[in-house]
Amino acid sequence: MSIILSLLLLQAPYALPGETAVDPYVADNRHAGAAPFEGDGMAKAFGGQDGIRRIVDRFVAINFADPVIGEIFANHDQVRLKRTLFEQFCFILNAGCSYTGRDMASAHKDLGVQKADMNRLVETLQRAMGEEGVSFQAQNRFLSKLAPMRRDVIEK
Amino acid sequence: MTYLRPLLLAALMLAALSPQQGMARPIRNGGKLLLTNGITSLEGASGGGLTPWAVIAGNETSDGIGLSAHGTLVEVKDYDYQSAGVAIGIRDRIELSYTHQDFNTNEIGAALGLGKDFAFSQDIFGAKVRLAGDLVYDRLPAIAVGVQYKNNNQGAIVRAVGAKSDKGVDYYASVSKLFLSRSILLSGTARLTKANQMGLLGFGGGKQAGHTLQFEGSAAWQLSRRIAIGGEYRRKPDNLNIAREDDWFDAFAAVAISRNVTATIAYADLGSIATVKKQRGVLFQLQTAF
Ligand code: HEM
Repeated sequence: MSIILSLLLLQAPYALPGETAVDPYVADNRHAGAAPFEGDGMAKAFGGQDGIRRIVDRFVAINFADPVIGEIFANHDQVRLKRTLFEQFCFILNAGCSYTGRDMASAHKDLGVQKADMNRLVETLQRAMGEEGVSFQAQNRFLSKLAPMRRDVIEK
Repeated sequence: MTYLRPLLLAALMLAALSPQQGMARPIRNGGKLLLTNGITSLEGASGGGLTPWAVIAGNETSDGIGLSAHGTLVEVKDYDYQSAGVAIGIRDRIELSYTHQDFNTNEIGAALGLGKDFAFSQDIFGAKVRLAGDLVYDRLPAIAVGVQYKNNNQGAIVRAVGAKSDKGVDYYASVSKLFLSRSILLSGTARLTKANQMGLLGFGGGKQAGHTLQFEGSAAWQLSRRIAIGGEYRRKPDNLNIAREDDWFDAFAAVAISRNVTATIAYADLGSIATVKKQRGVLFQLQTAF
């Protein structure tokens, strides 16, 4: 199964079956926007891949339903976002994944994200991480990797 | 010293007038992360309780305008103190504040010949500009400069205790950063001041008439989204012949009760004030911000 998947990934890094097509790009871990943590401490703090998957699924669900930022997510590919966000989080947390999504600037181009939206997203992520029992200190450590990406995400 | 005020004013005007990112978009108020507007320092600038931080009052981001109001009580051994004020934050860039301070001498007033329950009071108008950086997101820490124009209401009496003037201006620069990877906020401020006990005992004195450079700092540890604890230090000048002035310390806990209300409780050691030593006690503050 994983062999087929990785073959699929090699051949078609843009979109998997069930996802909306995206413009071609070359997959690269550097697109995740941050170097992974060292060691397995952070992966453990997030409950490994299973925990990360639950956090991402919940996070994406909260974002789509959110009264403030839900509008920005509406009509975007939730299936893909759950996959690529999981890969990004898993890669950065050093839980054993590669990131095959787009870089942050391309992924958020023309979304019109403002600083208040970014802060809102931090809060929805805090909620998702909190529900999974990730300690506040570990949450902030993870956020410290995402924070510098705001530059690429918000509308200039 | 005299050239500093026009210089800072010019910087303020420039920052206000220069086209900024987001200028073209409609105003959008609110949106700051909890606690990142800080609390209100005794002199009205947003920051810690004793010292400003390089943050701007209100809950706005660079897309909006924010407001805050606060009331502070300090009860130390022999004195009590109240202040209240308001501040406006413009595009998370410029802060303008007004605060009124009352310092009640209680029994000590009689001993000093001022009369029991004599109160010193002053009005403080503040302006602060965040020049660069960001408290949370960017690698560059938030960097701000500010001025505080202080007008003491007991001119004759502060001169009688040896102050040179009943008016003074403080100039300060602050650098502040929340290190997310450690959940720790560090902030440092350099202040040029000639104020005696913030100006409540006037400005300048027999030992030192003019401005001196003083350092202040805060360290805070964020325990949760809503709670931070920490400590502060403020170096003070010692200008008056008759009353020694000590550096200040506090240990505080700040709680974001809601998106719009932050409560702070602190233990403060304010040292010797108006000839009476060991002024220790509690500080309590409620701040509301939008
Ligand atoms: C540093 C913070 C952020 C990170 C790390 C991040 C991460 C990601 C990732 C990994 C993707 C998928 C890229 C891909 O599939 O190729 C994505 C897409 C997306 N993000 Fe973010 N994001 C951040 C901030 C935001 C904010 C603040 C918003 C809006 C409030 C937002 C809205 C979206 C939307 C709507 C998409 C889907 C784009 C599409 O379908 O083309 N993101 N983000």
